[in-house]
Amino acid sequence: MFDLDRWDEIFETIRKNKLRTFLTGLSVASGIFILVVLLGIGEGMRNGIAREFEQDASNLIFVFPGVTSKEYKGLNPGRRIQLKNQDYDQILRLYGDKLDKSASLYQNWGQVLNYGKESGSYAVHGTFPAYQELENMSLTSGRFIDLHDLENSEKAMVIGHRVKLDLFKGEDPIGKMVQVSGVNFKVVGVFTDPGGERDEARAVVPITTAQKAFGGANNIERLYLTMKPEDNFDAAVAASNQFSAQLEDFLKEQHTVAPDDNSAIHINNYLENAKRFFTLMDMIRLFFWGVGICTIIAGVVGVSNIMLIIVKERTREIGIRKALGAQPLSIIGMILHESIFVTAIAGFLGLIFSLTLLEFIGPMIETQYIYNPTVNFTVAINTVVILVIAGALAGFFPAWRAARIKPITALRDE
Amino acid sequence: MIEISNLHKSYKMGANSLHVLKGINLKVAEGELLSIMGSSGSGKSTLLNILGMLDEADEGSYVLDGVPIKNLNEKIAAKYRNKFLGFIFQSFNLIGYKNALDNVALPLYYQGLSRGERTDRAMSYLEKVGLADWSGHLPNELSGGQKQRVAIARALASDPKVLLADEPTGALDTKTSYEVMDLIQEINDEGRTILVVTHEHDIAQMTKRIVNLKDGVIIEDTVVSQVRALENV
Repeated sequence: MFDLDRWDEIFETIRKNKLRTFLTGLSVASGIFILVVLLGIGEGMRNGIAREFEQDASNLIFVFPGVTSKEYKGLNPGRRIQLKNQDYDQILRLYGDKLDKSASLYQNWGQVLNYGKESGSYAVHGTFPAYQELENMSLTSGRFIDLHDLENSEKAMVIGHRVKLDLFKGEDPIGKMVQVSGVNFKVVGVFTDPGGERDEARAVVPITTAQKAFGGANNIERLYLTMKPEDNFDAAVAASNQFSAQLEDFLKEQHTVAPDDNSAIHINNYLENAKRFFTLMDMIRLFFWGVGICTIIAGVVGVSNIMLIIVKERTREIGIRKALGAQPLSIIGMILHESIFVTAIAGFLGLIFSLTLLEFIGPMIETQYIYNPTVNFTVAINTVVILVIAGALAGFFPAWRAARIKPITALRDE
Repeated sequence: MIEISNLHKSYKMGANSLHVLKGINLKVAEGELLSIMGSSGSGKSTLLNILGMLDEADEGSYVLDGVPIKNLNEKIAAKYRNKFLGFIFQSFNLIGYKNALDNVALPLYYQGLSRGERTDRAMSYLEKVGLADWSGHLPNELSGGQKQRVAIARALASDPKVLLADEPTGALDTKTSYEVMDLIQEINDEGRTILVVTHEHDIAQMTKRIVNLKDGVIIEDTVVSQVRALENV
């Protein structure tokens, strides 16, 4: 390896056979390049999806009632289930220690909001302060509803950005009064929602106020619950699935629903969905790996092909060298040394080029589904090492065969 | 220098076996210039290949400078070739991408000499064959005669006991052939043992002894009065 004369020989061979060396190098470099870029994109897609999920509280459990489909304890199917405040209170009492944030929702679609001469029809959500974080709303001005509003059934209202634009035009809405069904609400804040325009065409009021003002009695439409964080993703999924099951049993019990009736209580477990997405992502990543490895294999096949041609082309030279006293090992060494040197250099060039590309182009990618494409450096280096070893193996057999050719046969080769 | 006795060699050609050498006995003393003649198929090239350790005999003994040559593996054969023998081929067999100097230095590389020493020695042998000015040229920039002289310099570079020349003038015109033979005679005058395989009588007459081969046996072995090549140029 450190034999200077050997290096001399190799550099001379490379200098005199530039095209051959270039082609060998190109197949290796492009193999590495494609693999690294694919892995980078795979990682970027994973990051992108992860970021999407981070935006909604990703361990959210979302409950809404439906219609029974089975007869149970003398009750007819087709009965609409109505969740009540008691359900929410009892869930908090029973499972409060597992829960992080929670909110119930009483909502009214198509309420007409009036301000001065302007009016519009919006959904009004009666809910709890935690709703802000559960729905990932952010305030642009003022405050969200708070516990004080809730306890005193204050007529406080937080409006979506769309509502502000529609009703208030350029005016500052904070402190202004908005009339809904003859009840005056005071605007305390304005929110935006990553869900976009549709989610911003809403107004949020305390659930206590909403139930009184809009005749909701103690009815609720939805439950939003998040669980306390777990150490890792799998534990979180397990805990959240277990809790979902308990919750379903409890609500079915409370509302006299057959245990096997799947249409009466809907429990939407976001974490389970997230897990599915991540599994999908892992599949995609696996696919990219597969493609990448196939590319590498193609590269290795390319290198072995070129090595075979090199040996064929140099048969006569090998014969001459053997006649002049070259040992078989020195022939193998000469060919392998060259192939390892070329694949290593080309491999690292491909690696550097692709890493540079990811480094500089990566942050410029602004699509929703690819974010921060990176590649694990160790993985990349390992790939190059594997490729070099594969290249050496690919070169070894032709070299070995060449070293075994009788010099007299090799010399006759025209 | 060379002692062979009862040398047999046959080649398998499918089901048949072709008996090429049928008991060759030959002694070559140090300093001889010997030509092996014979029509094609007479076994002269096979004999030379065995002498050059490029091929192995089936039967018989071969002693080179007191060393019995038998049971050679590739490694030892390579070592002996490098140490004892210099080859001159009809088709020169220079390495195309190496210049004249590097071609001559190649056997020295396999002897493990340092780069400086290789260059010095290769240069002195190029001077000896009169091509010092051409040391930086690639083989395809040289004429046939020049190529053969580079090949002779290369064969001499490792300071071998015996030079083996397989039709060294086969690819050259008469004038160049004689120039090459003149060089070979000069080298022989310095005391080196040289074997030349040829089928040209005028070339054979320029050696000191002619061994005539026919159908795998020596039919004639005569000492001749050497014709100096220089007189015919």
